Amino acid sequence: MSLRAKGAITGIGETAYLRGTERSALSLQMEAALAAIADAGISPRDIDGIIPYALGAVAEDFITNFAIPDLRFSAVTPMGGASAVAAIQAASAAIAAGICQHVLVTLGRTGYSGGRIGLRVAQMPQFRTITEFEMPLGAIGPAQLYAPMARRHMEMFGTTSRDFGEIAVATRAHAARNPRATMKKPITLEDHAASRMIADPLRLFDCSLESDGGTAFVVSAADRARDMPHPAVIVRGIAEGHPDSPSAITQRPDMTRLGIAKAAPRAFAMADMTPADIQVAEIYDCFTYIVLCQIEDLGFCAKGEGGGFVRDGAIGPGGRLPVNTHGGLLSQAHMAGMNHVVELVRQLRGDAGDAQVAGAMRGLVTGYGDMGDGSVAIMERAG
Amino acid sequence: MNETALPPIPAPSVETKPYWDGLAAHRLMIQACAECGKLRHYPRPVCDACFSLAVRWQELSGQGTVHSWTVTHHAFHPGFRDALPYTLVTVDLAEGVRLNAQWRGADPALRLGLAVRIGFEAGAGGFTLPVVLPD
Ligand SMILES: [Zn+2]
Repeated sequence: MSLRAKGAITGIGETAYLRGTERSALSLQMEAALAAIADAGISPRDIDGIIPYALGAVAEDFITNFAIPDLRFSAVTPMGGASAVAAIQAASAAIAAGICQHVLVTLGRTGYSGGRIGLRVAQMPQFRTITEFEMPLGAIGPAQLYAPMARRHMEMFGTTSRDFGEIAVATRAHAARNPRATMKKPITLEDHAASRMIADPLRLFDCSLESDGGTAFVVSAADRARDMPHPAVIVRGIAEGHPDSPSAITQRPDMTRLGIAKAAPRAFAMADMTPADIQVAEIYDCFTYIVLCQIEDLGFCAKGEGGGFVRDGAIGPGGRLPVNTHGGLLSQAHMAGMNHVVELVRQLRGDAGDAQVAGAMRGLVTGYGDMGDGSVAIMERAG
Repeated sequence: MNETALPPIPAPSVETKPYWDGLAAHRLMIQACAECGKLRHYPRPVCDACFSLAVRWQELSGQGTVHSWTVTHHAFHPGFRDALPYTLVTVDLAEGVRLNAQWRGADPALRLGLAVRIGFEAGAGGFTLPVVLPD
């Protein structure tokens, strides 16, 4: 049995994205969840499966807050920024097995007002080797841990900081068309080159935001989706992949290849599509380099050719492959890629406003997290 | 204002202590499989080649080449604020595993494949840390 077209995204919900809040992450998560459920045209009590983000609310919080009478499935997909899209695979599997009909996937966080990411890493069990062996050397934050991947890519393939700048500039140009983005002021390649160096080769404008907010979506049985309020957005291909040496980038045999390189061929085969079929892509962008590397690992171009692929606005508004049409983690908000899923659904519904890619019927969304885990979903609007 | 802030200090486990004890003696001791001999880093219970739980520790030469690097300009931890900017080098050790450590060369003209060697330096909390020196 394949998971092809077993699930559909039927509801999406977001809070306002902020840089500063006095609300709790749990409250933000509940607000987003209720918005997604209302968007799907169902009652909170119809939710019979829940996959919350691994750090935060648990399934029991939703049973309690919504008085859910019969929750039949709960899971977590603890893959950092790859969790949201990996949750689509877990939800599709539960639906295909007949366990449940409507799976709620949610995240709420106070990443700006609460704990910053560099401090969170030290508390996560999958990073105990990093905590013991690399943090005492001064390798503390994700930017520092990922920078050697970017540096090696540059040295191996001639990729430049300006190529990373193309991604930052294109993403901001998309954000300028999205009223929900927190950073809308256009930037130039010169602004990128002048931004403060954080962990060479990564500059400030190569790094994502820290944000407060909540995001949620509902994965429903595809055969139910046709009777729900919005055009059905069908999950045609779905996969997760884990890199070799998943928790220690230092020891990874090929530092320029992420877990998504294993997942992408499986997802495209399931969808019976190729990268040429994709009209819009929401690609996890904790750092600009991670977008470039995934573009290669997804097969949009060969390994080492990502710099050439993103040049001259190719992934910006009106480009040959619009990427992160909402502004991504770099310019909209850091919602661990949940907002990427929401944006792809908006695009395929034709509801993306000024950011809409004309005629978008097929797109993909990726997740990346926990030092290299990957996930990818290929979706299509039902014809 | 963070004059007293210390860098993070390792908390060795029973499985990792020989590595830290080795550094304290200025020896680069790396875990190896006692059955098939495959080296592995970071320390862990199982050999991924033969699945043996048997472990021995082997002293490496400290010779290697540059695999990649990064120069940190932002203080991610108050214990490293006074050290900025500092360079972290990922080294391909001659025997096959990799090691991260701060660069102590005068000229930061790093490139892939540059020959380097591992040295030892007193760190916070009484621990000895590896450093990377030009060969
Ligand atoms: Zn062995």
